[in-house]
Amino acid sequence: MARLGLTDEEVKKFSTQLTNILQYVEVLGEVDASSVEATSQVTGLKNVMRDDTVDSNWTTRQELLSCSELPVEQDQIRVKPAIE
Amino acid sequence: MDLLSLSVLELHDGFLKKKFTSQEVTRAYLQQIAEKNELLNAYVLTTSESALEEAQAADRRFAEGTSLSVLDGVPCALKDIFNTKGVRTTCCSKMLERFVPPYDATAVTKLRQAGVVFLGKTNMDEFACGGSSEHSCYGPSMNPVDPSRVAGGSSGGSAAAVAGGLSAFAMGTDTGGSIRLPAAFCGCIGLKPTYGRISRSGVTAMASSLDTIGHFTKTVGDSAAILQILAGHDPRDATTPDVPVPDYLKHLEKGVKGMTFGLPKEYLAEGVDPQIKEAIFAAAKVYEQLGAKVVEVSLPSTKYAVAMYYIVMPAELSANLARFDGIRFGSRPKQEGESSVDYFYHARGEGFGSEIKRRIMIGTYVLSAGYYDAFYNKALKVRTLIKNDFDRVFREVDALLTPTSPIPPFKPGEKLDDPVAMYLADACTIPANAAGIPGISVPCGKTSDGLPIGMQIFVPQFEEVRLFQVARAYEDALKI
Repeated sequence: MARLGLTDEEVKKFSTQLTNILQYVEVLGEVDASSVEATSQVTGLKNVMRDDTVDSNWTTRQELLSCSELPVEQDQIRVKPAIE
Repeated sequence: MDLLSLSVLELHDGFLKKKFTSQEVTRAYLQQIAEKNELLNAYVLTTSESALEEAQAADRRFAEGTSLSVLDGVPCALKDIFNTKGVRTTCCSKMLERFVPPYDATAVTKLRQAGVVFLGKTNMDEFACGGSSEHSCYGPSMNPVDPSRVAGGSSGGSAAAVAGGLSAFAMGTDTGGSIRLPAAFCGCIGLKPTYGRISRSGVTAMASSLDTIGHFTKTVGDSAAILQILAGHDPRDATTPDVPVPDYLKHLEKGVKGMTFGLPKEYLAEGVDPQIKEAIFAAAKVYEQLGAKVVEVSLPSTKYAVAMYYIVMPAELSANLARFDGIRFGSRPKQEGESSVDYFYHARGEGFGSEIKRRIMIGTYVLSAGYYDAFYNKALKVRTLIKNDFDRVFREVDALLTPTSPIPPFKPGEKLDDPVAMYLADACTIPANAAGIPGISVPCGKTSDGLPIGMQIFVPQFEEVRLFQVARAYEDALKI
């Protein structure tokens, strides 16, 4: 899921570090939180909507396409094959 | 007159009274940057030419009597996480080393409209992931008070810029303490407002439910003046509630007589440097002399805050950084591989530093099937407990006083091999992000080695008027 290319050296270094981090966070096992709801955000806002219109004052298609370092042809970015 | 020592409000006053011009001030700062930036590594990009043009335009406005705001002509530095149209914005990551944003962040637009002069972009831990700025692809920012020590992070460059005389004020972001901690380390003021008070549109997201825009200043008055300009609902940021923006400056000098402050015992336990504890108790005495009452309170969930944060934050970070695939934007890898999936691995493998990789891996792990309930969902419930603690305590007290950092500024390399040790530096700052409440760090003394100590003040959500009053009372008491 992370899609990170790691070297063998990195795999070794990270194994220990990640184990330490995950061991540390296990302290949450001490807590009885069965009586509370999860808080995923603190504003209390729900369903913030806007009209489905394009705001081209913000930025243009050409400006966005020019951010790519890959070749751009006919307003499309040329990528490697997705399907073998 | 030392132009570099003047606060934002003093600069404004000086511009109006024609004591000096924006161009003079801007040139003074640019000169200082040229002399000291190599040592401090505060700036990763200086925009001198455009800064002088902006200063010239500001001077014209002052001459014509059409100045835009209290920030008109005032030099500012931006953490390199704020999109600046046409100006390279890298988040201090190889992944964005050539990225030039096609639009300004809302906060940047508001500052532009206020007439601010932009000196450049400042150093930070890569994608805001760190507490020392050592995880920047440009190397760490050093502490102006003791350049053998770090400036803190992740907004290390901005803190070093303000404390080191390289900018009149600077913008930062704070997700677990990334403004408040470097402010404490460097001896300047760092504000993290209420979550959602300032729009995050155009600021690269780290952990979206925790990220907060804020700023570094020399004085409390400056902090209030800048928030006045930046606060407010933004249709481009759906997490900005439509809460009215009060006048932060009007009753700034109200004082603290009759207020009650809490000292949470969990923030003053073992693990906090004794000299830092002493400084906080001394500050509490100052407040008592000013007519406030100080009581001990308890926030029992505090000990779980770091663990909660290091589950929730990496989870959200892994989602936010999934967009960096070197396709629509981001660095094209040197090796591209054969397929799109190969390309992702190479682009992200080459573009991201170690700390980012660690956090992405933790994040995807805690969100994966089989672990989601044990880690992520549990952490979100612990977050509720932390928030509830604050809600309960704020029924009894008007504000909380705590250390900003449990430890004084450290030397580069000291904490790099032990990620958990680095994470614990955020133990006092994380709870405010968890609950979405504002916090400000103000300088409150030095250690016996001469290193700055920061005191942190917490108030409930959207009570920044009170926050500034409390901070200002202490600031005034120290000047007398």
